[in-house]
Amino acid sequence: MSAPALHLSDVQKNFGPTPVILGVSLDVSAGSRHAIIGPNGAGKTTLFNLISGRFPVTTGRIELHGQRIDGLPPHEINRRGLSRSFQVTSIFPRMTVFENIRCGLLWSRGYRYSFWHLLGGQRALNDAAARLLADVNLEARRDVPAGLLSYAEQRALEIGITIAGGADTVLLDEPTAGMSRSEADHAVALIRRITAGKTLVMVEHDMSVVFDLADVVTVLVYGQVIASGPPAEIRANRAVQDAYLGAPAAGSGVGIA
Amino acid sequence: MSESAVRTATRPLAAEGAAGLLRREWPWLAALTFAVIVPWFFFDWTTGRHSGFIVSVLSQIGIMIIFALSYNMLMGQAGLLSFGHAVLLGLGGYVTAHVVTAAKGGAFPLPLELTPLVGGLGGFGFAIVLGYFATKQRATAFAMITLGIGELITSCALMFQTFFGGEGGVSTNRMTGHSLFGLGYGPPIQVYYLIVAWTAVSVAAMLLLTRTPLGRMANACRDNFERAQFVGYDPRMVRFVQFALSGFFAGIAGALYTLTYEIVTYDTVAAPMSANALLMTYIGGVGVFAGPVVGAVLVVLLQSWVSLLSNSWLVYAGVLFILMVTFAPGGLAGLVMMHQPIWRAGRLGRLAGPYLRLLGPVLLVLVGFVLAVELCSFLTIGTAQGKTLTLSRITIDPHGGPPWIVAGLLLAAGGLWLRHAMRGLATAWQAVTEEIKTPELRA
Repeated sequence: MSAPALHLSDVQKNFGPTPVILGVSLDVSAGSRHAIIGPNGAGKTTLFNLISGRFPVTTGRIELHGQRIDGLPPHEINRRGLSRSFQVTSIFPRMTVFENIRCGLLWSRGYRYSFWHLLGGQRALNDAAARLLADVNLEARRDVPAGLLSYAEQRALEIGITIAGGADTVLLDEPTAGMSRSEADHAVALIRRITAGKTLVMVEHDMSVVFDLADVVTVLVYGQVIASGPPAEIRANRAVQDAYLGAPAAGSGVGIA
Repeated sequence: MSESAVRTATRPLAAEGAAGLLRREWPWLAALTFAVIVPWFFFDWTTGRHSGFIVSVLSQIGIMIIFALSYNMLMGQAGLLSFGHAVLLGLGGYVTAHVVTAAKGGAFPLPLELTPLVGGLGGFGFAIVLGYFATKQRATAFAMITLGIGELITSCALMFQTFFGGEGGVSTNRMTGHSLFGLGYGPPIQVYYLIVAWTAVSVAAMLLLTRTPLGRMANACRDNFERAQFVGYDPRMVRFVQFALSGFFAGIAGALYTLTYEIVTYDTVAAPMSANALLMTYIGGVGVFAGPVVGAVLVVLLQSWVSLLSNSWLVYAGVLFILMVTFAPGGLAGLVMMHQPIWRAGRLGRLAGPYLRLLGPVLLVLVGFVLAVELCSFLTIGTAQGKTLTLSRITIDPHGGPPWIVAGLLLAAGGLWLRHAMRGLATAWQAVTEEIKTPELRA
């Protein structure tokens, strides 16, 4: 097993007096697809917010490829190769779909705060943006303001922006939330395709998506990891079934099978 | 605007050539041509002079176009509402005044044509210092800080005599004797053409800036600053650089102001000037690049012509502002852009009738409103000034009842009629937009 892409050791987070993450330690190996599951309010999204720098950790340590990243602002973490999507779609609504994708590319292509490059003349950049647009199947919507896209299209765009910068570690927060079955299947295929070779960490409620996509599943309950392992192992784990389904007797597999 | 930028993105620039440029940017070239020839419509052949009033108004328009566009770099493009933008114009103006005086004194042979660059660098420098604090925040907090900065610099202007000259301001003489073209810049028309040249350069530069990575990320931070962070950008840095560049152009406007009036007073940094930027930009339209240009032209014309005719031009400007914010938040340019899809579909003619039917009621309301405002104004300021309200030789007594009744009737009748006509327009508008949408849905 290669060195972990992401390493969390005893990460804790309190909101005021309320502890939300009570000491999470986690290793995500490079190139793996790691799913984080757990009941509502378990702290999955909070964990993402800590890793991506949106919130500061209370105590603990987060490392990306061995480099400490907790305490850094989000844009610094992003520049080190970690990118994330949001549970509630987060795009640039008044800009066109193409512009959205291109904005995702700018920093990684070294444009920084340049006011001396005209975007129209940047062939390599525009070609890359066009390719990404094709990757997320939004070519036909290229010049539409992103705010006018359908929900599923916005989710696809969100993923497009997230991976545009070429980050090697991608966090997806419920990428298929609110989608119909066919839309979700489509999204899973998309995620599988465009995160090939990358490290993927995702929060997901849809168990079929989790077991379809993930190599490793971590179960988070009330801010603590109760189990972590390959999907088959997790599925068979008694403690997980108890915690997740709320009743030991519920072996019918409503949520997890 | 952004769509056209995108479309050209994939096309090689060289292949486009001058013809493509002409096709896309012809409105700008037409405006520039108009700016160049318009003083000659007001040329008096007997005295061999241009109308001083016209040249003064036109010069002011040029200055305000740059000022308003630089304001929109913050407001429209970066989503930053500033209440202290005049500070950057004024400080650029003060710097220019001192530099021009020094050049006149023989300190250095700076050609007058390049002094706007000095003003720009002055505005840029002060924008870096002030922007360092202001851009730490966004949204409301940013607006509050700029308000504070505006008040701070205004009071500084009255306190620090050596730089600001106190209440009397700093005067200078633009005839420094240094010119690239051997011009003396005594006649205002020469300064006007200098303004035209610098306005053209500034407008082009600001337009190109919207097509750079910084310009794009300013839009992105406006739309969703948090998302911008997660694509690697520090929104604060984006705001800061945008603010500094905006200060550069405001400084150019300030320099041209100094060259035109040969005096800079604390008015140039004070709140009414900042409000003016907001007024022009909003009335013109924040969402379209050319919006503030339209706004600047309109507001300056309103200021100069209406203020000649009436004591209450500020009332008209204020009411116009309120109407625009309420009914057309996209400004005049936004109103025009709303018609673009209809025009493209060739259905604009369908709206001609309903629009024409607005003419009558609008005229009634307008006359009634102006009459009411002027009656008020003559009741108070007019009497003090010893003026009488005359309409084509009929003297109207504001103390009598009949003119007030006429104004009230005009307003009431026009208002009711306008409501009816607006309903007609709304129905026609809906029908036309539905027609345009349907084929798209089928496709």
